[in-house]
Amino acid sequence: MASIDQSKIRNFCIVAHIDHGKSTLADRIIEMTGLLTSREMQAQVLDNMDLERERGITIKAQAVRTVYKAKNGEEYIFNLIDTPGHVDFNYEVSRSLAACDGAILVVDAAQGIEAQTLANVYLALDHDLDVFPVINKIDLPSADPQRVIEEIEDVIGIEAQDAPLISAKNGVNVEEVLEQIVAKIPAPGGSPDNPLQALIFDSLYDSYKGVIIFCRIMEGKVKKGTSIRMMATGAVEEVVEVGYFGAGRFIPCDELSAGMVGYITASIKNVKDTAVGDTVTDNDNPCREPLPGYKKVQSMVYCGMYPADGARYPDLRDALEKLQLNDASLNYEPETSVALGFGFRCGFLGLLHLEIIQERLEREYNLDLVTTAPGVVYKVHKTNGEVIELTNPSNLPDPSEIEYMEEPIVNAEIMVTSEFIGSIMELCQERRGRYLGMEYIEGTRALLKYELPLNEIIYDFFDALKSRSRGYASFDYDIKGYEESRLVKLDILINREEVDALSFIVHADSAYERGRKMCEKLKDEIPRHLFEIPIQAAVGGKVIARETVKAMRKDVLAKCYGGDITRKKKLLEKQKEGKKRMRQIGNVEIPQKAFMSVLKLDDRK
Amino acid sequence: MTGSRRERDLELYFHIPFCRQKCNYCDFLSAPAGEQVQNAYMEALLRETEAGSGMARDRVVRSVFIGGGTPSVVDTVWLCRVLDLVRRRFDLAADAEITVEINPGTVTERDLKDYREAGINRLSIGCQSADDRELAFLGRIHDYSRFEDTCRMARDAGFDNINVDLISALPGQTLEEWEKNLRTVLSLSPAPEHLSVYSLILEEGTVFWERYEKGMLEPVDEDLERDMYWRTARILREAGYEHYEISNYARPGYRCRHNCGYWQRTDYLGFGIGAASLLDNVRFRNGESLQGYLSDPLGCRQDREELTAQEQMAETMFLGLRMADGVSLSVFQDTYGADAEEIYRDAIEGSCREGLLAVQDGRIFLTKRGVDLANYVMAKFV
Repeated sequence: MASIDQSKIRNFCIVAHIDHGKSTLADRIIEMTGLLTSREMQAQVLDNMDLERERGITIKAQAVRTVYKAKNGEEYIFNLIDTPGHVDFNYEVSRSLAACDGAILVVDAAQGIEAQTLANVYLALDHDLDVFPVINKIDLPSADPQRVIEEIEDVIGIEAQDAPLISAKNGVNVEEVLEQIVAKIPAPGGSPDNPLQALIFDSLYDSYKGVIIFCRIMEGKVKKGTSIRMMATGAVEEVVEVGYFGAGRFIPCDELSAGMVGYITASIKNVKDTAVGDTVTDNDNPCREPLPGYKKVQSMVYCGMYPADGARYPDLRDALEKLQLNDASLNYEPETSVALGFGFRCGFLGLLHLEIIQERLEREYNLDLVTTAPGVVYKVHKTNGEVIELTNPSNLPDPSEIEYMEEPIVNAEIMVTSEFIGSIMELCQERRGRYLGMEYIEGTRALLKYELPLNEIIYDFFDALKSRSRGYASFDYDIKGYEESRLVKLDILINREEVDALSFIVHADSAYERGRKMCEKLKDEIPRHLFEIPIQAAVGGKVIARETVKAMRKDVLAKCYGGDITRKKKLLEKQKEGKKRMRQIGNVEIPQKAFMSVLKLDDRK
Repeated sequence: MTGSRRERDLELYFHIPFCRQKCNYCDFLSAPAGEQVQNAYMEALLRETEAGSGMARDRVVRSVFIGGGTPSVVDTVWLCRVLDLVRRRFDLAADAEITVEINPGTVTERDLKDYREAGINRLSIGCQSADDRELAFLGRIHDYSRFEDTCRMARDAGFDNINVDLISALPGQTLEEWEKNLRTVLSLSPAPEHLSVYSLILEEGTVFWERYEKGMLEPVDEDLERDMYWRTARILREAGYEHYEISNYARPGYRCRHNCGYWQRTDYLGFGIGAASLLDNVRFRNGESLQGYLSDPLGCRQDREELTAQEQMAETMFLGLRMADGVSLSVFQDTYGADAEEIYRDAIEGSCREGLLAVQDGRIFLTKRGVDLANYVMAKFV
């Protein structure tokens, strides 16, 4: 390939609040730059995994390279780097942004600015990206582009008067976006003559090629045969192939040089060696220092995952192993539960990440899982000076050995229209929020700032937020740090036996409320048995709430004649199957979904 | 049992999917229809029966049951023609039980006389309640006095084997109200030879279900329902009835042979839409589409299922346990060459320990508590 004129490259991303049309705009850009025919276009080219398409969320950052012939007659190479849209993946977002030189800010012409819009745009500005706004969905009847333009200028403080007014869905005015990419996003800097310095913004495991590193070359160049070193992990390998991203395909090329976005393969066996944010350099001619901003990814949320059928434990282990090849932020280690048998304690970036992994295990690996209540990582300071990072409530030391405990706190920003401020503030109070302040964005909308304990928002905070604001509130957060807190372990006893898989850590003041709700919920989930079953919640051996599942009085079909027999047989088979899917605790059978249903305890839905 | 006799026995069921008006609780395959549709259906039914008789070679028909719907809404001539055909095409035992379901107000004295002449020797009358308010609530087409009239006419016509259907556990019904219903029906003179007493079940697709979904109908509490059930059992036992199946009661010698056949896995052939059959350990049934049936009454057989030995045994257990006599260990042994106590050791021992099942004099049967929890016990056998 002929050498590429660095001044004709544009590396950018699109930032937006969820559903404001980021993926649709990406599709249009790819389509209009002509790399793909309409036939090849799947609905959303960038979202590769089925799951992503269904959830409408981009999980893994990816990139695509297209060629655009601008009105000035010149050809430009666009590297569009997609960023995950969820707060769970904030770090990955930040590394994707670092690989760009500019960003397109997409704002919905009807909705205006939302919490994620702000969070993402500030993140982009923090990375010194040149940001230009685009007003999308102008075809909506409720579109009010002028108001949104003013909002962008007032709130974010970036020029928006000449923002393209587009409908990505209908392809209206997208040409204008392409022109502004050329005009407003700077060409990449760096020199091919400097030592290699490349930023890893994603990686992917392929069973033929090994790990495929997605990177932005900041300085220098890399080609087949270069001995590369990952500066943070220290892994050294020889490059097998370099190339760039066609739509959905890897297209090999001779060399990647400063300013370019592409991939490197080097027979690397594990994505753990190619951590996102790490710097790739030439082992024989290393750069002086790594690129800034690398962080070791830490799991924020943990839960136990158990195969519903204990015999499939090895399958679960294999599946986790495979998923981890592609997802360095997934952690797991074996654990054993009295109630659930052999399983794994798994760590995730957040609840969405957890749900995605769970779904993938169930869907792609055909596993039936029982998941315990997700919890955060607590720091337990013991009287002997030792500090434990607690990920499984069952491992909490005896209270007499604990000096104090700490829990993670987040800074949360919630954007909400004024009519719901009251109910959202109430929700935050209930979740032990500390009010930090409120800013009015415009007459009717406000940005609420709270400090919230992470363990109060991982369960169902987002659902509660949505239901208490009729879907209007938006939410974003980042981790602030650890704070001391009065925490206790809440135990659940079923028929007087403690069920370890149902224990969780809770603030002392919420223990009674949570215990009561747990008991109520479990009462609904546990089927009647031949005998009465007490369900109790206890803290430190003291029962604080109780419900009773009454003994079964009736389970009989009045009628069964010639035409009913087949149906009746199926019914009985189902009843028997249902029993098989139960967990036996003492002489009580607990349906597996009982372990999960207790997660959603907000009763104001 | 040496088999040969039972193996040759056959029962016939004819489904008449028509009624005057759909009752609020009814999820059976039935609906009101005009005379033309009825006639076309009956023609099709005769055709299917004629063709299906080929399956019954070497069989002796021990019972015929014409059910619905309300078979008595179709012209009596049709029922006579069905029975004519049965006589011509099947080997109908001289003492066969021949039942027709009727509803009060749908038969005249003439109809009943014609039924007798056609050989019908048992009537099953849908009464459901002795309280006119309850009858209206259920969406019945008759009041109680109309039922009494029908009973009297049936007796006059010579019927000496009558079943009456009743429904207990209606929403809002008290134990006393129910008992009054039952005693009113028992005070008929002569009293019915047979009673089928069902607890109301809310079935999807019924008017009641719709009301229930909207929160306009509160089902009877489980405990009250069980109290009604056992009160019924006591009253009827005291009145001289045998409680021979979960919901069925009979004066000695008047058990419904046809239904006993279902619970003992006698072979049966069903004709008409939705009708199910069991023949040589194969279950199958007709489709439920009326149109499909009218255009091709011979071509709508579906859901063919060949029963494995294990399934046959499971059926024997869960159907047999519906009856007070339960399952005879020796009959089981003769039929399958296997020991039920051996095969179902865990299920039997477990349920006996739980006080739900008993084994006595070579029979396995449900205890009182076991009847309340019959599904729980039966599920262990499938």
